[in-house]
Amino acid sequence: MLVLITYDVNTTDGEGKKRLRQVAKQCVRHGQRVQCSVFECLLDPGQCKALQAALCRIINMEKDSLRFYYLGDHYQTKIKHFGVKAGYEPEGVLIM
Amino acid sequence: MKRLLNTLFVLSEDSYLALENENIVIWGEEGKRGQFPLLGLESVFSFSYKGASPALLGACTKRGIGFTFLTPNGRFLARACGAAQGNVLLRKTQYRISDDPNQSCFAARCFIFGKLYNSRWCLERTVRDHGLRVNVEALKRSASFLSATAAEALKETNLDTLRGWEGQAATEYFRVFNEMILNQKKDFFFTVRSRRPPLDCVNAMLSFGYSLLASDCAAALESVGLDSYVGFLHRDRPGRESLALDLMEELRSVFVDRFVITLINTKQILPKQFDKMEDGAVLLNDVGRKTFLNVWQTRKREQITHPYLQEKMQWGLVPYVQALLLARWLRGDLDAYPPFLWK
Repeated sequence: MLVLITYDVNTTDGEGKKRLRQVAKQCVRHGQRVQCSVFECLLDPGQCKALQAALCRIINMEKDSLRFYYLGDHYQTKIKHFGVKAGYEPEGVLIM
Repeated sequence: MKRLLNTLFVLSEDSYLALENENIVIWGEEGKRGQFPLLGLESVFSFSYKGASPALLGACTKRGIGFTFLTPNGRFLARACGAAQGNVLLRKTQYRISDDPNQSCFAARCFIFGKLYNSRWCLERTVRDHGLRVNVEALKRSASFLSATAAEALKETNLDTLRGWEGQAATEYFRVFNEMILNQKKDFFFTVRSRRPPLDCVNAMLSFGYSLLASDCAAALESVGLDSYVGFLHRDRPGRESLALDLMEELRSVFVDRFVITLINTKQILPKQFDKMEDGAVLLNDVGRKTFLNVWQTRKREQITHPYLQEKMQWGLVPYVQALLLARWLRGDLDAYPPFLWK
């Protein structure tokens, strides 16, 4: 299923900047960055749980926020893109 | 059931592939061309001559992602394989059986039976669907020859005689192969199988398809813990993935031959998508290769019901499932290897 992950990490102090980098790094491993703090990840339920646990360990529950949107297996009709930087279709043909 | 993941094809000749934070990154002259998480990949085919970083190859083999290098023209060069994995007992059983001509033959005849059964079905299907446009008599004659040979092959206990049956059947099958091509007959015709180099468009596509399928089969075998280099029908030769070639026999006609014929008959591939070389070789050009791979990937996603397991799965998982069944036979869980009999 496709999961959309968005986050807001408070970066007023050095600790926050570190958390932001770690969250981003973790997300890059699992999916594609579609906008600055927005990721689309094609995961199975197990991988999704593991990623959630990893992210929750990193963030500071008092200051940061994390949101998961479950778009399911038939997500193609649910996404519409305008403007620059269109992402790739993770289940489409990947030819570089 | 295993999930069918995506395949990445790197067609640009001057790309360098590297690992970065669990992602495969494609570098070009101008910088980063793209990056994909390893998590969603099943295999990588690289047609570039610049290669890939050892770290990336290590990460891929560790995760069971097949990594294949081909020349920019699509000829197979090498496949990455990491520290031996899987069950050593299973592999030793495989070696023992491979050393024993009788038991090898027992396995080999299953592969051959599958091959003949599926080839025959391809011919029969053309007769059924296009009875008015084709030479029914010739096709029927070859089909009945194939089914007679299949029955003989199933009883055969000598490897060399078995190869003889296979050779005769292949000649008979390719003799009427041209009958299955219904459209664009002026540019696409099949007279005889030619390879290294392929001398016409049909052979070029067959060779390309076979090399993709062979890599898929080898990756599938490695993923269930078998050694893809030790075969039963194909004997050992350095650098040849004999078991992958064995496993491929039964899938050739249904996977590649029918696919190539469909491409031609539905006019998805056109004569202008091929290049003719000085030495007579005919190769797919960039546009042609892209078209081929596009349709190939779409086809791998089609749902089918596995004839033996009666389970729904995607076409692309068939080599994996067959490799699993082969491992079960080697372990002694199955009395014989059940080939993929498609109808």
